[in-house]
Amino acid sequence: MFSGILRKSGQKLLGQLQQKTRTTFATSSKLRAGYALEWSTNAKFNKLVLDKYMCLPTPDCKCQVKYIWIDGTGENLRGKTRTLDFVPSCYEEVPKWSYDGSSCFQAHGEDTDIFLIPVAMYKDPFRRGNNKLVLCETYDKDLQPTSTNHRAACADAVRKICKHEPQFGLEQEYQLMDADHRPLGWPAMRGEPEVTGLCYCGVGSNNVVGRDIVEAHYRACLYAGLDIAGSNAEVTYGQWEFQIGVSDGIKGPDDLWMGRFILNRMAEEFGVWISYHPKLFPNWNGAGCHTNFSTKEMRDDGGLKVIEECICKLSKRHKEHMKRYDPKCGEYNKLRLTGLHETSSMDVFTHAVGNRSSSVRIHRETVAKKKGYFEDRRPSSNCDPYAVCDAIVRTCYLDEC
Amino acid sequence: MPNHVLESSPNAALNKSIIGKFMDLPIPEGKCQAMYIWIDGTGENVRAKTRTVDFIPTSVKELPVWNYDGSSTYQAEGGNSDTYLHPVAMYNDPFRRGNNKLVLCETYKYNKKPTESNHRHSCAKTMEAAKKWKPWFGIEQEYTLLDFDLRPLGWPKNGFPGPQGPYYCGVGANKVYARDIVEAHYRACLYAGINISGTNAEVMPAQWEYQVGPCEGIDIGDQLWMSRFLLHRVAEEFGVVATLDPKPMPGDWNGAGAHTNFSTELMREENGIIEIEKAIDKLSRNHLRHIQAYDPKGGKDNERRLTGKHETSSIHDFSAGVANRGASIRIPRGVAEEKQGYLEDRRPSSNCDPYSVCEALVRTCILDE
Repeated sequence: MFSGILRKSGQKLLGQLQQKTRTTFATSSKLRAGYALEWSTNAKFNKLVLDKYMCLPTPDCKCQVKYIWIDGTGENLRGKTRTLDFVPSCYEEVPKWSYDGSSCFQAHGEDTDIFLIPVAMYKDPFRRGNNKLVLCETYDKDLQPTSTNHRAACADAVRKICKHEPQFGLEQEYQLMDADHRPLGWPAMRGEPEVTGLCYCGVGSNNVVGRDIVEAHYRACLYAGLDIAGSNAEVTYGQWEFQIGVSDGIKGPDDLWMGRFILNRMAEEFGVWISYHPKLFPNWNGAGCHTNFSTKEMRDDGGLKVIEECICKLSKRHKEHMKRYDPKCGEYNKLRLTGLHETSSMDVFTHAVGNRSSSVRIHRETVAKKKGYFEDRRPSSNCDPYAVCDAIVRTCYLDEC
Repeated sequence: MPNHVLESSPNAALNKSIIGKFMDLPIPEGKCQAMYIWIDGTGENVRAKTRTVDFIPTSVKELPVWNYDGSSTYQAEGGNSDTYLHPVAMYNDPFRRGNNKLVLCETYKYNKKPTESNHRHSCAKTMEAAKKWKPWFGIEQEYTLLDFDLRPLGWPKNGFPGPQGPYYCGVGANKVYARDIVEAHYRACLYAGINISGTNAEVMPAQWEYQVGPCEGIDIGDQLWMSRFLLHRVAEEFGVVATLDPKPMPGDWNGAGAHTNFSTELMREENGIIEIEKAIDKLSRNHLRHIQAYDPKGGKDNERRLTGKHETSSIHDFSAGVANRGASIRIPRGVAEEKQGYLEDRRPSSNCDPYSVCEALVRTCILDE
């Protein structure tokens, strides 16, 4: 009798164990597969619902203006919107505003208002119609630039050399990230994709991921009025790059920050986020913001000589520039500029023709035509382009840094 | 147990209804996005990057030479990595539409010499030398669709589908997988300006074929490479991988080829069968040289495929026959009856470089080289 009961209870236990194992196996195989966007809240939303509301007409004279600024980290952007009772035709018409600096690492105590001064205006590709995106500088109560407002100094430097017609081209690299803080498309359980060497400018699901975000971003930037010059897939799986330029003066770094805002906002639509960290993984390519610079003299016949003079000046201020080329005075770049993975070394300034492992690279075409521009490959992907461009202009033309 | 298709594919997980909203944003007048496309150092893979151009090009000659990092595409060393892109053919962009373009490019090293995998350079010279014979080509591109885990799409994860037989030109969810990709690709090619002449499901499940041609001279290589780019790009949209590997599944499963149909004006005219037979005779005396040109690894890829089984000839022997799919060269029955037409070289692998294949055919059959 007891053996019968034991047999039955044993079978029940076995059944329960099998049930548990099946469940465990199903769960753990899910983890192994690394399902993309599984943990992403925004990706769960039905995108068709919003469309119904976004096609509601708004009163003709009203427009939504989103004010965008750099916060106290020097790396992150913030934005808030107001309705204006007119449609501004230029940034000068957009009124000054303010915000809570203590929630952006920019103020503390009882005096928290920080001023937003519009400096550039773009069309809004998300709200469309008459709506605008407005890039702002941040000022404290004494109307002094906040500590992460490097635009003020950059605009000043660029203005001082305006007769030299400075131009910039900026190459922004970045990584697409999933909600679980793994790069989008990378395997779970801290795995890494296979190294195939097929990702750079790649095509195909096993070589690139998230092209929809890149395409939507490109189109949105063109619509908004940025000087977006191109895009390509990068060497690490899920890494991409877009280029701003060739822009006159301050428009270069303005467009780069606005390009970052549009990218972050676009990724948000898809339930993905963007990392600008310059070295996410030690064995994979890092991310930079290579900065191309030229002036009228460099672009004219015989300009190569001027380029070489500028590079000589840059070589004497390597340490000062490195402090300005990432938001932590060089600590980020120490991780990235190892001399491997197409980077130069952190400690030594080098320059060469066509060499991607040098601090400054001169393109072959520039040497052949004896005029053109040079590429500073040192800035990290999360640099402030205002600080970078300011440093380059001051060293090359104003003999200060 | 359910078949977990595209479960781990990140591109398949992205919500495809979002991008539509942004792709209909108007672009400033007079600007267009030009995607430069090239063959990398492997000789099998395509790469692409885009630039904004401040005018709408009406011909490929208007587009500027560009460059890229050849050290990331197996084409240069890091210390001297600039590699040049010379636009050679332009097509409409079916993904970005409007005035946007896809631009096929040849690749050149810093010293202005063609890169090792740039076979178009010498093919173009050969075609120029043979142009009065008006050589036409039609290529049947076979390929296999794979899930993100690189197993053929729709195959059970821990087993195999039923044996080959019901799948060729099949209809029905139990016979063919991902027809959407095939349809989208076909339409994209037509829109782009590719002379895509047909498509069908193939013998192995998840295997498909499309045909490009007839094209004269160098055009076949340009169009076939662009159609391959479109295939990879469309499959990427779906989160699926398209492979041109000539034997993706060992065992009793068909491989994939790029059967190349070839004719000259004389072959297409009355009694052209005499010219066809002359050409076959010349080919029979150059078998090894052709085999070396017919896949990107000098014949090593085709060793896995040309076994003499599964409608292939043996890699070691040259053979020819009417309606014979086990021969190196097949003369279609219709051609034999009408005594004019073309021949089908069944040896090239699916991942061959069509520039190398067509150059070899022209050199052997027309230029007697």
